[in-house]
Amino acid sequence: MATQHSRSAARLMMAPAVVLLLGWMLIPLSMTLFFSFKKYLPLRGDSMANGLEWVGFANYTRFVGSSAFWPSVQATLTIVGGVLIITVVLGVLLALLLNQPMWGQGVVRILVIAPFFVMPTVSALVWKNMFMDPTNGLLAYLWKFFGTEPIAWLSQASLPSLIMIVSWQWLPFATLILLTAIQSLDGEQLEAAEMDGAPSIKRFWFIVLPHLSRAITIVILIQTIFLLAIFAEIFVTTGGAFGTKTLSYLIFQRVLESQNVGLGSAGGVYAIILANIVAIFLMRIVGKNLDA
Amino acid sequence: MARSVTQNRKIINTAAAWAVGLLIFFPILWTILTSFKTEAQAISDPPVFLAFDWTLENYGVVMERSNYMRFLWNSIVIAGGSTILGIIIAVPAAWSMAFVPSKRTKDILLWMLSTKMLPAVGVLYPIYLLFIKLGLLDTKFGLTIVLMLINLPIIVWMLYTYFKEIPGEILEAARMDGASLKDEVLYVLTPMAIPGIASTLLLNVILAWNEAFWTLNLTAAKAAPLTAFIASYSSPEGLFYAKLSAASTMAIAPILILGWFSQKQLVSGLTFGAVK
Amino acid sequence: MYLKASMGAATAMALVMGSGAIADTITIATVNNGDMIRMQGYTDDFTAKTGHEVEWVTLEENVLRQRVTTDISTKGGAFDIMTIGMYETPIWGANGWLVPLDGLSEDYDVDDILPAMRAGLSHDGTLYAAPFYGESSMVMYRKDLMEKAGLEMPEAPTWEFIREAAAAMTDRDAEINGICLRGKAGWGEGGAFITVTGNSFGARWFDEDWNAQFDQPEWADALNFFVGMMSESGPPGYATNGFNENLSLFQQGKCGMWIDATVAASFVTNPDDSTVADQVGFALAPNTGLGKNANWLWAWALAIPAGSQKLEAAQAFLEWATSKDYIELVAENEGWANVPPGARTSLYANPDYQAVPFAKMTLDSINAADPQNPTVKPVPYVGVQFVAIPEFAGIATEVSQEFSAVYAGQQSVDEALAKAQALTNDAMEAAGYR
Repeated sequence: MATQHSRSAARLMMAPAVVLLLGWMLIPLSMTLFFSFKKYLPLRGDSMANGLEWVGFANYTRFVGSSAFWPSVQATLTIVGGVLIITVVLGVLLALLLNQPMWGQGVVRILVIAPFFVMPTVSALVWKNMFMDPTNGLLAYLWKFFGTEPIAWLSQASLPSLIMIVSWQWLPFATLILLTAIQSLDGEQLEAAEMDGAPSIKRFWFIVLPHLSRAITIVILIQTIFLLAIFAEIFVTTGGAFGTKTLSYLIFQRVLESQNVGLGSAGGVYAIILANIVAIFLMRIVGKNLDA
Repeated sequence: MARSVTQNRKIINTAAAWAVGLLIFFPILWTILTSFKTEAQAISDPPVFLAFDWTLENYGVVMERSNYMRFLWNSIVIAGGSTILGIIIAVPAAWSMAFVPSKRTKDILLWMLSTKMLPAVGVLYPIYLLFIKLGLLDTKFGLTIVLMLINLPIIVWMLYTYFKEIPGEILEAARMDGASLKDEVLYVLTPMAIPGIASTLLLNVILAWNEAFWTLNLTAAKAAPLTAFIASYSSPEGLFYAKLSAASTMAIAPILILGWFSQKQLVSGLTFGAVK
Repeated sequence: MYLKASMGAATAMALVMGSGAIADTITIATVNNGDMIRMQGYTDDFTAKTGHEVEWVTLEENVLRQRVTTDISTKGGAFDIMTIGMYETPIWGANGWLVPLDGLSEDYDVDDILPAMRAGLSHDGTLYAAPFYGESSMVMYRKDLMEKAGLEMPEAPTWEFIREAAAAMTDRDAEINGICLRGKAGWGEGGAFITVTGNSFGARWFDEDWNAQFDQPEWADALNFFVGMMSESGPPGYATNGFNENLSLFQQGKCGMWIDATVAASFVTNPDDSTVADQVGFALAPNTGLGKNANWLWAWALAIPAGSQKLEAAQAFLEWATSKDYIELVAENEGWANVPPGARTSLYANPDYQAVPFAKMTLDSINAADPQNPTVKPVPYVGVQFVAIPEFAGIATEVSQEFSAVYAGQQSVDEALAKAQALTNDAMEAAGYR
């Protein structure tokens, strides 16, 4: 169908997007690579203008050698994994529920997707202060009401709290995509199964879930991209304390708090590697499911 | 009898869905309620739900302290501008991927997504230095470009999936009628893809509105959007829940209202190609 | 009345200046503390006097620090005035990043700045930032609860007394915690508090050769004491409490004692915000009899980045905001208790201000801090609750995170100290000290 002419036209049409993204990727990436081999301590007066000292792989070994490195990889994976599991499982259930006939469906949908519109900084501030504060938080009152000692959420259950906050933000997104997918499910097929007397669990397992697999894959793919980079939520709530230091937060600490740009850049390269490992892993699943 | 069963189920569904919906919405509702309380009532023990002296005082304090309208305007320009610019660049790219696919189309798409995985903090210094060189620091233009680039992969992907769903026969028919490539994109495809483009637009306005790293770090006074506005209300000295709530409500209200009006568009349009 | 007079004077001045000076718009980055918010409210007075306009960038402390540090180290020039602290000033001054403040006008009376503040904001004897307000830390306590416990607060209490008093005042059923202290991670939050507590126990960050000292018994003593006292009498979840959380607890009457910044005195004695305003007493920060009190020294100050294009306007603002006139302007409109404290000698000589209940204790606390000799043993660094080297903020934030994990019951004191020792030495090696 495609002629030679349309092929070259297509390439031309793709060019602006590809060139821009290539630039957006290559310029920072090459600068990060460049810095990662240099000693760059801005507060000690190092600057591009004065020339930076070449230190080989010293930044790379130091970044991995730090006692904070492996825990940070672990925290990153825990948060991403935890949020994915919660949003996908609850998202499927919520999508099933919202797809049922009910009164006020539109309003309920609005209520459910609302958290997606809240900026991460605001949601972190609200959760931290007005809900999870051990003295004045609403959850503390609830605990006291039932006669138990309030929990200091962000120190005693820091990772679960963080996962909860982030899940709250992303659940609407998962629900939206899954709901759209469920709506496209062939009603006749389900009715036929119901006639045959298949119990609802079986119907869900053998008809609904396979139908949703593609949507679930997409939810996982897109959320992972965003979740690997979460920052504001940690910055506002724990500041990286109590085992919530993710890889990107560790890089932030190296670059901005310790003002060691070289070390942080080496960390940035590691983060890219980690992201790509996760990406390749994801692409394998998605690639199968996403026959473009 | 069958009717009453479905009726009963409908009642149960409704109750369950409303309960879950209210639970999920509750933090936002609580923030809005708190913004109308006094600071003392905001932390009163036991908490008050509705029976408090409603006051607009917090909004007054926030309006007096910061130039809300300027932050709001910057947010609108940056979020809107970056989305529109992104769509202009993405439509042709997505079109060619969808209708003139090559072996590498999928690779290019996935590569585009992978550019989103570069951790922002790691490249703050390079980008900051670049912005100084180009004189883009604290300009709406610079921020618009950055946010456009950040969201471009998502835009391209979404549009690609919508275009994929358009049957090729229509294009061939148009071509038979002698339509040029330009006509094809402008008058045949785009109208068919309008719902998809609308959903893309919405999602990206939301993402750009809520972006909080670059918008905070590349601005000072002139281009700072609502994310920077919020950064001046987190934990100052003394009681601040009510003022924080008022500022938060002001920061999220515009996008919340936009989302509410376009709920239908989002619910049916956000597929990312998940529906075949 | 006063405002009118000053406006009149301002108009006259503007007329005089009108011929030579060009009106500029300057951008000022500042922290969202109460005194700075108040200053923003008086911007019109500055504009009336000089004709210059001001654009404010008001940010939360952590965001502000990240923002201004990036900008100054890349010479970004986004701000004409930056609000910085006693930690940044000497380091940035040494790098030549700040405009030296040696050309201040006669009227400004630079010699009136409190010696401790002036020394802390200088490098090699040159002043690089003008103090907007200064602070130390002291004990704030509830007189009524102290009386109920049958105790009397001495002017210079020991840690042992504080611990006993805290235990006696604690009433868990009534939600009264004997003592509220900072446990929040961050070098300027819990990190600052545990460092001054360490000082009073004779602990130090580094020996003369820049070796970390967390393996020494003084640190273990200080940390064990702190953790022991807080688990007996501290509020639940104190591991995430910083200045603001404690302030709100104290204002709600949930603390018997609170040891924190002297500027908090005006908040806890303000009947509009505080339920215990008329019951607050003050004392010097505690000690262990080794000759050092657990109090710090800090100033929020205004500095002009080198290379500023609007030097004249920036300097005019800096002089206006940190002048005696500004203090009087605030006193006139908001009362003496609300003026920015701790910056000028003349303020403490003013009989009106001496009547403020916490004035004397604030000055005594400031004078009791010695940045050159912060602790019992000699140290290679300057700074009381910090070490004035560029690497400190990063190191101390990580160390304080380890300590906060102890406060939250996630690791033992020994584990935390071992980790602190290792990471501090590692970072110092990376920076080339060892």
